[in-house]
Amino acid sequence: MSASPVRTTYREAVREAIRDAMRRDPRVFLMGEDVGKYGGAYAVSKGLLAEFGPERIRDTPLSESAFVGAGIGAAIGGTRPIVEVMTVNFSLLALDQIVNNAATLRHMSGGQVSVPLVIRMATGAGRQLAAQHAHSLEGWLAHIPGIRIVAPATLEDARGMLWTALEDPDPVLVFEHQTLYNMEGELAPDAGAVDIDRAAIRRAGSDVSLITYGASLFKALTAADTLATEGVQCEVIDLRTLRPLDMNTLLESVRKTRRVVVVDEGWRSGSLSAEIVTRIAESAFYDLDAPPARVCSAEVPIPYPKHLEDAAVPQPHAIVAAVRALMPAPVAR
Amino acid sequence: MIEFRMPTLGADMEAGTLVEWLKKPGDAVARGDIVAVVDTEKGAIEIEVFDAGVIERLVVEPGQKTPVGTVLALIRSPEEPTGATLKAVPPLPPPAAAPERAIAASSTAPPPAAAARARVSPAARKAAEQLHVNLEAVEGRGPGGSITVADVERAASLAKPAAATPDRLSGMRAAMAAAMAHAKREIPHLYVSTTVDLTPSLMWLKDENQRRPVTERLLPVVMFIKAVARACTEVPAVNGFWTDHGSVQGTGVHVGCAIALRGGGLVAPALHDVPQKNLDTVAREFADLVTRTRAGTLRSSEMSDATITLTNLGDLGVESAYAIIYPPQVAIVGVGRIVERPWVVDGRIEPRSVITVSMSADHRAVDGRSAGSFLTAFDRALQAPDKL
Repeated sequence: MSASPVRTTYREAVREAIRDAMRRDPRVFLMGEDVGKYGGAYAVSKGLLAEFGPERIRDTPLSESAFVGAGIGAAIGGTRPIVEVMTVNFSLLALDQIVNNAATLRHMSGGQVSVPLVIRMATGAGRQLAAQHAHSLEGWLAHIPGIRIVAPATLEDARGMLWTALEDPDPVLVFEHQTLYNMEGELAPDAGAVDIDRAAIRRAGSDVSLITYGASLFKALTAADTLATEGVQCEVIDLRTLRPLDMNTLLESVRKTRRVVVVDEGWRSGSLSAEIVTRIAESAFYDLDAPPARVCSAEVPIPYPKHLEDAAVPQPHAIVAAVRALMPAPVAR
Repeated sequence: MIEFRMPTLGADMEAGTLVEWLKKPGDAVARGDIVAVVDTEKGAIEIEVFDAGVIERLVVEPGQKTPVGTVLALIRSPEEPTGATLKAVPPLPPPAAAPERAIAASSTAPPPAAAARARVSPAARKAAEQLHVNLEAVEGRGPGGSITVADVERAASLAKPAAATPDRLSGMRAAMAAAMAHAKREIPHLYVSTTVDLTPSLMWLKDENQRRPVTERLLPVVMFIKAVARACTEVPAVNGFWTDHGSVQGTGVHVGCAIALRGGGLVAPALHDVPQKNLDTVAREFADLVTRTRAGTLRSSEMSDATITLTNLGDLGVESAYAIIYPPQVAIVGVGRIVERPWVVDGRIEPRSVITVSMSADHRAVDGRSAGSFLTAFDRALQAPDKL
C-alpha cells in the first residue's frame, strides 16, 4: 500500500532533491552565492548548512566565473558538484566557463575527461525583479552542443530531475522558473528520479499542439481550458528537456493535430521557439494544416512595473488568440 | 471576369450535382437565362444566371457533386476585352485525367481570373492527392479562406457516388430534418390564429366557376395565396428574411407554396410577384408549379426566392396547422380544412363555412401585433373576393 501524497511546494521539492542526493552520494556538494548561511536567494537551500555542514554547503564569493570554473574543476576531479547561479542573467559572467570549458572538454580531450557538473539557476519574469534578473536565456544556452538543458515545471520534475542530472557524465543546466518556487501541490512520498530525455504530454487533445516549458506550461493549460469550452481540444506538451529536443514526441503530436503553437518566454528572434518551429517545418511540413504560430515575449528588456511585466511575457489570452487564429471558420448552415 | 457559382437552393443545401450544361464556352447569356441543370436532394433544378456576358470557361464537369459557392463557370462581361484573354484561357483538363495531373496543369497555366495562388495547407494538398479531390472545386473554410484537410475531406465525401446516399427521398428527408431542427432551435416562434368566415369567398367562387369551363375553374387555395399576398403588402414586416445583419424586407411578395411530393417529401417553391398578378394568372402558375415540382424541374429562383410561405393542410382534414418557419423567411401561414360551423351573423346563428388560419412568425423580426394585423388583413381580403 502506497502512502498518501504529501502537500509540498516546488521550492521544498528542489530542496528535498538536493538533500536526497547529498545523502545518497558523498561526492555531491552544493556551492553558490548565499546558499549556506542565507539559505539561498530563493531559500531553496535553507537548513541544508545545518544538516550537511560547510564542507558540502559552500558559500562562494560573488564571482560566477570563479565558482562555476571551480565546479568544473571539481567535477573533473571526481566529485559531483551542484552549482547554484542566482539567475540566468548572472550566468553570463560564467559563460566562458560554461561554453568554452564545461561544454567542450569531453570533445577536446578525446573523451578522456568528462564534466559531471550540474548548474542550477533561476530564470524568467513575473516577480518584478526587473530586466537584470528576469530574462529567459535558457533558449540561448540550448544553442550549445555538449551540455544538456532541462526545465522542470512540475513538482515531480523539480524533485526528480536533479538525481538523473547528477548521474549524467556531462554537464546539465537546470532552469527553475522563479514564479514556480511557491507553487503548491501534492507529491508522492516516494517520488524520486525521473528521466531527462523526453517531453511530456500534460493534456491530451486533437486540434492543436501547444508546445511549451517551465512556467508557461500553466498558462498554456489555462488557455487550453478556455479553448475547450469553445470546442477546441489542445494537446499541451511540456518540453522538460530543451536540449536535446525530444522531437519524436513533438512531431507525433503535430502529425495528429496538424496545428502547432509554441509558447516561449524567450524573445522570438533566434529563439528556442524558432528552432522548434523550423524542425517541425522540416519534418512535418506536409502534415500541417495551418502555419505554425508562436507566442513569445515582447522584444524589450523585461520591464519592472507589474502591468508592463505582465504585458511583456506570454499570457493565456494571447495563447487563446493564437490558437483561434489557426482554427477553421465554423461550417455555415 | 464574372464567377458563376453553385447557388444555394434552400437554406439547408450544401452541395449539388451538376447534371448538364445548357450553354457552352462562347455562348452569350443574358440575366435570367437557364445555363445548367443541377440535381439536389429536392430534385433537378434549372439554374439561372444573374449576369450578362459570354461564357468564357466551364469549370465544373457534369456528374460532379459540388459544394455551394464553388465556381461553376467563368463569364466574360460585355465590357471585358476579348481576344487576348480568350487565347490565354487554358483548355479544360481532359475528363479522364488523374486529379494530380489536373492540379499540375492548373498551376502551370492558371486561368487569367485567378489573381493569387489558392491557399492550400500542405496537409490539405497531400490529402487531396490521396483522396483524388480536385482542389479547384474545394471551398476553403480555414484561416484566411485557406483550404484545410477538413475542407478536402468534406469535398471528398460529397464527391462519393450517388450510391453513398441511400436515395433522394431520404436525402430530402435529411435535408428537411436539418432545416427544421435548425429553424425550431434558432428561431423564437410566435403563433397567432383566427377563424375566418369563408362563406363570401365560397359563394363568389361558386358563381365564378359556373361561368368557367372545367379546366379554368378556381380552387380556394388560389384565393388563399392572393389573400396572403394582399396581407403582405399591408403588413410588410412579415414578408422578408432574417439575416446575420437583422431583418431584411423582401423585394416583392413571392409566396412559397408547400407542395407535397408523391412518395413523400415536401417542397415550397415560390410564386413570384403575386400582388401584380390576377387570380387567373396565379391559378395557372400555381398549377404549373405543382406539375413541375412533382416532375422535379423547378428553377433555382423558385427554390430560394420565397419571402413568405403558405401551407394548406385542409385537404388532409385537419382544422388548423401551426407550422415551423422555413429560414431565412420570417413567417409561415397555416390554413386548415373548410368546416361548417354555427356562426353568429347580425345577432342570429347561421351555418357558415369557416377556416382556421394561423401565422408562425419569427419574433426577432415580427412582433405579435404585426402577426395579428396580418391575419386581420388576410380575413378582410377574403371578405371581398371580387377585389382579390
